[in-house]
Amino acid sequence: MEGHESGAVMEVSGLSRRFGRKEALSDVTLQVQPGQVFGLVGENGAGKTTLIQHLLGAYTAQSGTVRVFGIDPVYDPTAVLSRIGYLSEDRDLPLWMRVGELMRYTQAFYPNWDEVYAERLREEFGLPTSARIKALSRGEKAKAGLLVAVAHRPDLLMLDEPSSGLDPVARQDILAAVVRTVAEEGRTVVFSSHLLEEVERVADHVAMIHEGRVALDMPMDAIKATHHKYVIRWPEPRPERPDLPGVIHAAGEGREWGVLCEGEEQAFAQAVRATGGEIVESSVPTLEAIFVARVSA
Amino acid sequence: MLQIAINESEGTPLYLQLVRQLKHQIATGRLAPGDELPSVRVLAQQLVINPNTVVRAYRQLDEAGLIYTRRGSGTYVADRASPYSDAERRRILSARLDTVVVESRNLGYSMEQVVDLLRERDHVLRVEQGPAGQQEDTRDGRS
Repeated sequence: MEGHESGAVMEVSGLSRRFGRKEALSDVTLQVQPGQVFGLVGENGAGKTTLIQHLLGAYTAQSGTVRVFGIDPVYDPTAVLSRIGYLSEDRDLPLWMRVGELMRYTQAFYPNWDEVYAERLREEFGLPTSARIKALSRGEKAKAGLLVAVAHRPDLLMLDEPSSGLDPVARQDILAAVVRTVAEEGRTVVFSSHLLEEVERVADHVAMIHEGRVALDMPMDAIKATHHKYVIRWPEPRPERPDLPGVIHAAGEGREWGVLCEGEEQAFAQAVRATGGEIVESSVPTLEAIFVARVSA
Repeated sequence: MLQIAINESEGTPLYLQLVRQLKHQIATGRLAPGDELPSVRVLAQQLVINPNTVVRAYRQLDEAGLIYTRRGSGTYVADRASPYSDAERRRILSARLDTVVVESRNLGYSMEQVVDLLRERDHVLRVEQGPAGQQEDTRDGRS
């Protein structure tokens, strides 16, 4: 990406946003690098969609800055939006159009529209040209939305809950299309989801948003390398949560406790031994377990 | 098509799952020297995982001398591919034994009893499997 210092495709810094009394985003700072599949995770209402709306220039930053391709999307929306493919959670497609009409209609907005690619996707997704959008299933609507989001080969693909409300088969199709976009063309993808398994599968960087704040912002590899799940046993019952380094969440009673912690394995094992305890089980937690631990901490 | 199952609810990093399963297939001969592996793009799409995950797994297998990539032509299983180094074999087995040691302590076994039981199980498995059981039991490669 040319013309700005950080090289980031998207850069948000110190972004806060209030709706009335509710603080929807609070001091959010994030960067998305070229070629990343950036997973934005959080509960419904955590602020993911509000953040995406800022990236699209639909909201002005109340405080902080938003840059996409080094440009403020509010001041130059055309420059930004022409390079973004966007699929909204509610798809908002013109229901009265037919699939073929939707394709021609969208094509008119994008000089880079790739007709051959669009047609290939339409066939792969099994969308009949003459079918009315209104008559499509949820999964087919999502695929139609994805088709018009990627057929102009955008530099940045932005998907807001792409598989929300879809059955597992349609979800797999959408994810596969995302993987293909990245694999074949090295595009950057930002996608939000509350389905952590799918984020774990395809994202290489994860930001967790909780109550409008960034609760975690790390490459997937680093998340997996630094988070551990242990079952620890002590010779004597422990009435209170054990005081150990890096513990994010602990549950248990008596002699046995389960903990999820962040940090270096050997240092933690040493600390456990120092308390007279023994690690009886150790595993790598799923992204979902890490999220739940952090959110309930 | 390469039979690999990636399970995101297991917790193990996906690239490691991929590395282990490919090693296992090489160890068991399901992947033979000279066999071509799918390209990063194809495997990422087949498994619906991030292409970088495949790149990382292939790189690790390449560094271990198990596979090699010919520029512009493809990725192949290396000739005398020995999936596990001595240190690695030791590490894999040690990790398994650690759980056995902890479990046997919890169940109140002495180390002598555990060793006896280990011999007994070895005997049972040999009898069950017949002469073929004398071969390396590769089921341990999976974890």
